[in-house]
Amino acid sequence: MEVGEGEVVHLRGPNGAGKTSLLKVLAGLLAVHSGEATVLGRDLVADRRSVRREIGMLGHQSFLYEELTVEENLRFAVRANRGVVTGIRPVLEQFGFAGRLASIPVGRCSAGQQRRASLAVLVARGARLWLLDEPHAGLDQDGRDLLDALLTGARAAGRTVVFASHELERAEAIADRVVHLAGGRVVEPPEPTGASDSPAPLVQAARQTTSAPAVPAGPVTEDPAHVA
Amino acid sequence: MLRDAVLVAGKDLRIEIRSRVGLNQIGPFAIAVLLLFGLALGPDRRVLASASAGLFWVAVLLSTLLAVQRSYAIESADAARDGLRLSGLDPAGIFLGKASAVAAQLLVLEAGLTVGVALLYGAHLSGALVLIAACVAGTLGLAAVGTLYGVVASGLRTRETLLPLLFLPVVAPVLLAATKAWDAGLAGRQGHAAGWLDVLVVFAVLYIAIGTVAFGPLLEDG
Repeated sequence: MEVGEGEVVHLRGPNGAGKTSLLKVLAGLLAVHSGEATVLGRDLVADRRSVRREIGMLGHQSFLYEELTVEENLRFAVRANRGVVTGIRPVLEQFGFAGRLASIPVGRCSAGQQRRASLAVLVARGARLWLLDEPHAGLDQDGRDLLDALLTGARAAGRTVVFASHELERAEAIADRVVHLAGGRVVEPPEPTGASDSPAPLVQAARQTTSAPAVPAGPVTEDPAHVA
Repeated sequence: MLRDAVLVAGKDLRIEIRSRVGLNQIGPFAIAVLLLFGLALGPDRRVLASASAGLFWVAVLLSTLLAVQRSYAIESADAARDGLRLSGLDPAGIFLGKASAVAAQLLVLEAGLTVGVALLYGAHLSGALVLIAACVAGTLGLAAVGTLYGVVASGLRTRETLLPLLFLPVVAPVLLAATKAWDAGLAGRQGHAAGWLDVLVVFAVLYIAIGTVAFGPLLEDG
């Protein structure tokens, strides 16, 4: 799998396909045990820490400190990344945290607000590569629209985005390319069956898995991954 | 590294001040330990006064466990530990910052416990310089060891029970040396404390050095 600079790539596959694992490998959170992986020109096998300053990741969880306010979380993230905190006010406003809302501890925010706060951290850090795991999850309609606009803007600004999403219509509208995963490997797109790979009953999910090209199961890291 | 340490220490202390876990839980726990030891030893003030140094440091040791567990509990909520790894902070800076925050909380606690042993056990607080020096050096050692083993335990499901098993045997030299130094300080024999203070300083420097080097790999593997 290779991703070029400025590309927006949608990772698609059933639950357990390896989408989250791949994103964590690209972020340097999981070690590459075999094969090779290069992100932003850096070899993840040799050093998976050096790339992190240039990566912004949105995971299933918020990565935020519940006792700190939204603004304090942003300040901490930006300072940790050697950034300048003077630019965070517009980011807070962009994500709906103007005024008093920015002073609320994250633990007292709703799930959707916490998701917005995580997105704000991502933007404020000024990362070159965005890795997003189900970014639409937990957001209301406005939040989803905001996210889509954010991703479109990121593409226009030349940022590289790799994201996993079961929101297929939204994802297709944003992505330049779709990469299908199954059993921890990149596979050819499955034959259209009329069924979605998003929240599907177990039987359907199993049928989809078996309809994919036969590939040996294994860790996603066995395939070379080159990003940007 | 130092810049990152200040950032992490500031973040941890801000969270502790806001959550008041130290004030509402660790402080009362330490006072309860002093009271229970007092009950166990009986009302004889001479016995209590002679045991006050050891009881003080046992209370500090047990409180360190709580402070370290709390220090990593704030990183485990909402995968903040992964956030810390992704933050771009120098691991050595994270270690120094977290250890500094734990040490700062313990020093505040020790000030309260010192008043406690004076009131409950009738300890005479002579030799204040020796007592303060032992507190500073001993606390730095405890915080360094606790932060180092805390990151080992924090990634495991058995962290609550594993940390005391890892931590307590290693800090036995701190308990011994700090108690001896305090005994000498309380008895007004400051000259006898010098060797024990040296042990505390060497221990603290050693574990701060080990932690600075080893924390990064341990954070990644946890």
